[in-house]
Amino acid sequence: MSPVVNNLLNVVLILVCVVFGAALLTWLERRLLGIWQDRYGPNRVGPFGTLQIVADMIKLLMKQDWVPPFADRLIFIVAPAFAMFVVVAAFAVIPMAPGVGVVDLNIGLLFFLAMTSLGVYAVMFGAYASDNKYAMLGGLRAAAQMVSYEVFMGLSLMGVVMLAGTFNLRELVLAQADGWFIGPQIVGFFIFFMAGIAESHRTPFDLPEAEHELTAGFHTEYSGMKFAMFFIGEYVSVLMSAAMITVLFFGGWLGPAWLPPLGWFLLKTMTLVLLMILIRGSLPRPRYDQLMTFGWKFMLPLALINLLITSALILI
Amino acid sequence: MTYGEELIRHIWPLALFLVMVGGLIVLMLTLPALLGGKRVSRAVNEPYECGIVPVGSTHFRMPIPFYLFAIFFVIFDLEVVFLFAWAVAVKETGWLGFTEALIFILILFAALIYLWRLGALDWRTSRQKLDLRNLDAR
Repeated sequence: MSPVVNNLLNVVLILVCVVFGAALLTWLERRLLGIWQDRYGPNRVGPFGTLQIVADMIKLLMKQDWVPPFADRLIFIVAPAFAMFVVVAAFAVIPMAPGVGVVDLNIGLLFFLAMTSLGVYAVMFGAYASDNKYAMLGGLRAAAQMVSYEVFMGLSLMGVVMLAGTFNLRELVLAQADGWFIGPQIVGFFIFFMAGIAESHRTPFDLPEAEHELTAGFHTEYSGMKFAMFFIGEYVSVLMSAAMITVLFFGGWLGPAWLPPLGWFLLKTMTLVLLMILIRGSLPRPRYDQLMTFGWKFMLPLALINLLITSALILI
Repeated sequence: MTYGEELIRHIWPLALFLVMVGGLIVLMLTLPALLGGKRVSRAVNEPYECGIVPVGSTHFRMPIPFYLFAIFFVIFDLEVVFLFAWAVAVKETGWLGFTEALIFILILFAALIYLWRLGALDWRTSRQKLDLRNLDAR
């Protein structure tokens, strides 16, 4: 197979898998939350409700394409598109297996961090353009939370970068052949895991969308497909956090030979996704001021100290 | 082959991927406009505030902590980016680089502790802090 055909196949298959994976994840999460809350969840369409996503898609496509007359029309439409674009674009740098992955960038990790930090614009655009008080409050909260947790999200990954001495994600995986980075970087893993959940604002960090005080937060005025794009964006970012943790801390595609490399990657990623759903199913949300002060007073110093200790241990 | 050609050969899948993502999004935005319903009724064009008739403007005065944290983000995140450059070269720069990074991080810590002592990291207005102090005094 020529390299060009290989690249083309990679691009198309990864895009399709990411979008359908995120759609399937919406079903999986509802189903699992249902089981953990002693109810069924969606179980009518197809075997075990797996075709629920098809039904949802048809319904969303047939919904009225409504833009509020009081909203800023252009920004209102751009916001969900942007939300989905940045998270799916970040998937381009994730190496799934040898020869599987869109592009092999030297600055892969920086590209990922850049794309996740752009996500805050989508939220702010959506909130500002909606011209709704709930949306405005939710958007403010989301923006403050995302920028706060972003500060140490990047820092927590620098320990891994120090150990491997590169920003290239493929080389980062190969550097873990002797041992996964979860061992020496356990603190970095916990910080990144929490920051990853906070960046995709899911429970317990879903204060921007806390439904009992803000209806739906920044996407209160969104409906139909535009709402679905925010929704899919959130699930893609869950998938991406899980994939990124797999690549950086759990040795990516490395594993014993009884599974193919891609199989190992998917197995580890799915385990982490299930863990995130379990967290959503079991934890309450904190108060907003607690969330912010926890980030600044505990997580940021911890990330900096982790960085110093890691570098000192490497140099000794 | 020149450097530019090499770069294009390496990077074109990324460009193609981004274009395809863009195309998918445009498709998702245009299809419902063609397929969706077109109903208009009396309440459709009002802001959704749980059925209550909206009062006042959206452009209210925002709580000041949001501005504060935006500024902290600019200060700390920009300084943290300098550490990225050190992190990737930690073995090459050795103990000299470590000492310099240590000084840099200590300055960051000093700023953080200053803000902490000032009470800027507490997500409360001065009014709420006063209420809290009165509550403690009682």
